[in-house]
Amino acid sequence: MQMLISTLIDGLNLGSVYALVALGYSMVYGIAKMLNFAHGDVIMVGIYSIFVCLNMNSLPVPVTMLICVAVCAVLGFTVEKLAYKPLRGSPSLSVLITAIGVSYLLQNLALLFFKSERRFLQNFLQLGSIQIGSFELPVISLVIWGTTLVIMIVLNLLIKYTSMGRAMLAVSEDKGAAQLMGVNVNRTISITFVIGSALAGVAAILYAAKYQNVDPYTGSVFGIKAFAAAVFGGIGSIPGAMIGGLSLGLIEALTIGFLPESLSAVSDGIAYALLVLMLILKPSGLLGKKKVEKV
Amino acid sequence: MSMLEIKGLQVNYGMIRAIKGIDFHVDEGEVIALIGANGAGKTTILHTITGLVPAKAGSILFEGTELTKVQPHKIVAMGMAHVPEGRRIFQELSVFDNLRLGAFTRKDKAEIAASIEMVYQHFPRLLERKNQIAGTLSGGEQQILAMGRALMSKPRIILMDEPSMGLSPLYVSEIFNIIAEISKMGTTVLLVEQNAKKALSIADRAYVLETGNIVLEGDAKELMQNDDVKKAYLGE
Ligand SMILES: Nc1ncnc2c1ncn2[C@@H]1O[C@H](COP(=O)(O)OP(=O)(O)OP(=O)(O)O)[C@@H](O)[C@H]1O
Ligand SMILES: [Mg+2]
Repeated sequence: MQMLISTLIDGLNLGSVYALVALGYSMVYGIAKMLNFAHGDVIMVGIYSIFVCLNMNSLPVPVTMLICVAVCAVLGFTVEKLAYKPLRGSPSLSVLITAIGVSYLLQNLALLFFKSERRFLQNFLQLGSIQIGSFELPVISLVIWGTTLVIMIVLNLLIKYTSMGRAMLAVSEDKGAAQLMGVNVNRTISITFVIGSALAGVAAILYAAKYQNVDPYTGSVFGIKAFAAAVFGGIGSIPGAMIGGLSLGLIEALTIGFLPESLSAVSDGIAYALLVLMLILKPSGLLGKKKVEKV
Repeated sequence: MSMLEIKGLQVNYGMIRAIKGIDFHVDEGEVIALIGANGAGKTTILHTITGLVPAKAGSILFEGTELTKVQPHKIVAMGMAHVPEGRRIFQELSVFDNLRLGAFTRKDKAEIAASIEMVYQHFPRLLERKNQIAGTLSGGEQQILAMGRALMSKPRIILMDEPSMGLSPLYVSEIFNIIAEISKMGTTVLLVEQNAKKALSIADRAYVLETGNIVLEGDAKELMQNDDVKKAYLGE
């Protein structure tokens, strides 16, 4: 029982972080219609920024966290401006290849500055745990769940009830018609990248708090799994990203927790197996909608 | 000075010359019809005016301002709305949200609410369906929504691209009544139509477009009597 509960908690932790990252993929895909392959690597850069602030400069934790989110947001903005914006209107394959290029570029920059070895953070956000009956609940889990929940709610309100949110929905459906309404499409796409990347920054903080380490490939592996979660939930859908992320986290934790040791190595493969299964059964994902066609 | 003045306009798609140097003008308060067969270049002209397609050469003056260098999202705020071909309403959003997007460039909340009331008053069908997802409206209702959405920006001129396309005869009449009403309210109209008969009957003047050139122009009533027009566009 204890084992089951702690496995579920682990799964929810992991799943929440997946959900935040999946959200970044999903929003950018929904609005710019591109797969930002470098999204995962933004997380890696975020964790290195924590490493630099904390280990190398001993900055206070709250400042470190702010810097991490800011670094990710600025990085997302810059990458969009320099790499993707010039390709607006190009075939999606060119954009995808550029995104893969950006991903390698970020990884190689990390290799250059920090070498390939894994770096460990100095007690970043070690919050201890609280006792519930005979059970110990790590405080960081509460922080992870709370943060994810609040972000999901705020994002939903933002999209449903602000004119910027309506602009995003309009651009996601029909860029030309959105322009005819007076929506600045380039600006809307920029804002989407900044929000998605800031969420990657938050994910970086949560990831760092849980695992306390980083190497140049941390982001890409994690990112691909989060992307699988986004597709599983229905890419373009915010609740889909949430459900996809949580499902993947739980399934992964359960396989690691309950499969025999010799099989636990397959847990990484689970994400991809899920992705393939979903693409066969329901290509638009769990909550993805088929387009309403009307002539 | 004309409200909208087009001079020497050329538009290319790659190697294809879609518009080959045309001149026309729209005066304040007029209803101008632009008629022509499929592929003549009517949609291209409207898209070039509102900036969705770049001009190769020539000028587009709107109330004295050159539009060819203005970004498309800035044009609607200058007082020009465009009801695009195929309506292009936001299918996944509600009728209400579509109308609010029509007022995207306006800031005053109370005035926007008043405009929405005005649209509902003119088009009671939209009021009945204000929370319906726009993609589930009938084709005719979608066209009415597209018109209402364009009115939400308080335009001084509206460009309409084949608003009667694909509608039943009853709806076609209703759409043309709406256009006449919009004109009566003081809005200038540039109307692109395949339904030449209806378009000429409500227009003041008209231009006939053939493969990228204007081949005929003049008073709408007179064009209706023109033998070439009768043969080619009125099916007589
Ligand atoms: N995006 C495009 N790329 C290449 N050629 C195009 C494009 N859009 C239009 N054309 C070509 O330009 C010409 C004019 O097209 P346009 O859509 O302006 O005609 P139209 O008069 O509106 O026709 P319809 O009555 O069928 O709507 C056509 O030959 C068309 O094939
Ligand atoms: Mg057309």
